[in-house]
Amino acid sequence: MAQRAKPKLAVWKFSSCDGCQLSLLDCEDELLEVAGELDIANFPEASRAVVKGPYDLSLVEGSITTPHDAERIHQVRRASKFLVTIGACATAGGIQALRNFSDIRKFTSIVYATPEYIETLSKSTAISEHIPVDFELRGCPINKRQLLEVISAFLNQRKPNTPAHSVCIECKLRGTVCVMVAHGTPCLGPVTHAGCGAICPAYERGCYGCFGPMESPNTKSLSTQWVRLGARESDLVHAFRGFNAYADPFRKESEAHEK
Amino acid sequence: MKSRTIKVDYLARVEGEGALLVKIKGNTLADVKLKIFEPPRFFEAFLRGRRYSEAPDITARICGICPIAYQMSAVHAMEDAFDVQVQGPLRELRRLLYCGEWIESHTLHVYMLHAPDFLGFQDAIQLAREHPAVVQRGLKLKKSGNEIVTLLGGREIHPVNVRVGGFYRVPTRKELEPLLEQMKWARDAALETVRWSAQLPFPEFEQDYTFVSLRHPDEYPFNEGRLVSNRGLDISVHDYDDYFTEEQVAHSNALHSVLKPGTPYFVGPLARYSLNFDRLSPVAQEAARSAGLGSECRNPFKSIIVRSVEILQACDEAIRIIEGYQRPDRPDVPIQPGAARGYACTEAPRGTLYHRYRIDESGTIREAKIVPPTSQNQKTIEQDLRHFVAGHLDDSQDELRWRCEQAIRNYDPCISCATHFLKLDIERE
Ligand code: SF4
Ligand code: SF4
Repeated sequence: MAQRAKPKLAVWKFSSCDGCQLSLLDCEDELLEVAGELDIANFPEASRAVVKGPYDLSLVEGSITTPHDAERIHQVRRASKFLVTIGACATAGGIQALRNFSDIRKFTSIVYATPEYIETLSKSTAISEHIPVDFELRGCPINKRQLLEVISAFLNQRKPNTPAHSVCIECKLRGTVCVMVAHGTPCLGPVTHAGCGAICPAYERGCYGCFGPMESPNTKSLSTQWVRLGARESDLVHAFRGFNAYADPFRKESEAHEK
Repeated sequence: MKSRTIKVDYLARVEGEGALLVKIKGNTLADVKLKIFEPPRFFEAFLRGRRYSEAPDITARICGICPIAYQMSAVHAMEDAFDVQVQGPLRELRRLLYCGEWIESHTLHVYMLHAPDFLGFQDAIQLAREHPAVVQRGLKLKKSGNEIVTLLGGREIHPVNVRVGGFYRVPTRKELEPLLEQMKWARDAALETVRWSAQLPFPEFEQDYTFVSLRHPDEYPFNEGRLVSNRGLDISVHDYDDYFTEEQVAHSNALHSVLKPGTPYFVGPLARYSLNFDRLSPVAQEAARSAGLGSECRNPFKSIIVRSVEILQACDEAIRIIEGYQRPDRPDVPIQPGAARGYACTEAPRGTLYHRYRIDESGTIREAKIVPPTSQNQKTIEQDLRHFVAGHLDDSQDELRWRCEQAIRNYDPCISCATHFLKLDIERE
């Protein structure tokens, strides 16, 4: 009997640390199973083999920071039926978006002796600023359980189950004592998108927002609470200006505390 | 006169984006270029104006494959600046965390990125079809490294628990103990890995390298030591900038790190091993000897055996640390920030990773400098290609292309790491 052709998976990289695509290889127990369900057609970090598109599922990591990549992402979109961005870089511009608050020429000359060689855009932007995206997976890095959920939802043609509530809810589910209430430790959990499983509070530190803003976060009220706990304006700027600095609610809140 | 060009537009099974260009004219090699087109990521600029305490979380994002290495170099440099010593169980836990990263990162490279080259497979998935038990062993071994990182750090990639002065929370003995069984299995699997990798087919290719690595009075190096070479270098990390410099070269896409005045050098497993064989545990030394390695290894293709020996070393060390662990009273040593400079090198899986910071009296970072291993190895990689291709001019185009890629993968280059790498257009004739 002829076998049904497996859906073709492609993994694409833009400006990033490679951590989110590594999450797939870190699924040690499930990797071979995933490889059995999908045809790994284009995944340069893992394979020399390249199968021609179109691809049924594209995972896109990284943000757009060069003129060349701003073009390339359109080719990726054209070659992909279903396109999922993975991680904070791809969904919010990532840590690289810190440049968006400064003068890129100044940055270039800090790092490079001959800045003229550098070809880079003045902003680091999310993939969805350039092309339509079918689904966004948050996190710096993404959570590998959630990645598997997205892949299996794709295979079963259903919507991925990735809740949009705050990290606080995950704290409660995990039974972690609130570090903000119990120890007065400033925490971004109340405004941060769930998905990590509330790791930081479980390690007795405040959340630093690596999953980016939750749906309709009340950042202003959280800032007031931080100030009560002794945070300075500059601390608030830094807290919101981290790995998701260019996600709208975080960007605006950081700007509100800039002198 | 026959002229050939070997082009690899997108290097596979390395981290980040790179390309290769080799030009052969008649019987001579005209040009070799390792192209790096990873977009610049400006970390040294981002760090300016941030608190000293933010450095471990920020620098972790330079690389998803070796975030611990960045965190360790950052915390050690800050502690150097503020004159703080982290000793006892906290120091042991840091070593344990580094063991986890070495096991995870080296095993990924050995089984998934490098071994397929020797056996003629495109990737580990293909390899798994023919040799399922081998790949399953690799995945489980990799997982045991990741389990250490997850337990101590909260997650495998960009762990959250590392801070200047120690940790946010330290595990109890009871929490660590379940790792012990797993690590004992891992030590056996690592020994198997040494044996298995040693029987792969290796090209005859030995070079006279300048090896550079840390050296510690009595440990195989992770976090501390003096910087030494096989050519007489023996310096404190504080003097790094007097001896090493980075050149920005127009023909290449990257900053090249060189030993002044311009000597290429080699960092990573081969260098560490060759400069510290006497510091390996007895079981690792024994395994290396039975795998046919001497106390020095100058064939970069054999880096796969050396990496396997280092996995074994890390498993052995992890077991020792877990068995001897006593939970400290507090998870960190208090820090008094002030105006200072701090320097540190640690041994990332891919080699020596240098951080330097200047901090002001308020604890704010004023200047940061980071030199990742891949930018240090880049010149040596190009030299290898030059020598290797010269000896294989008669090979078919496909064969030669594959071997060149493999010669690059010997170094496990992590292009994402190399924050300095620039974008430049591929040169055209
Ligand atoms: S610790 Fe942070 S994330 Fe958890 S409940 Fe408290 S505020 Fe929310
Ligand atoms: S920073 Fe927040 S979102 Fe990120 S791992 Fe910690 S708790 Fe989770």
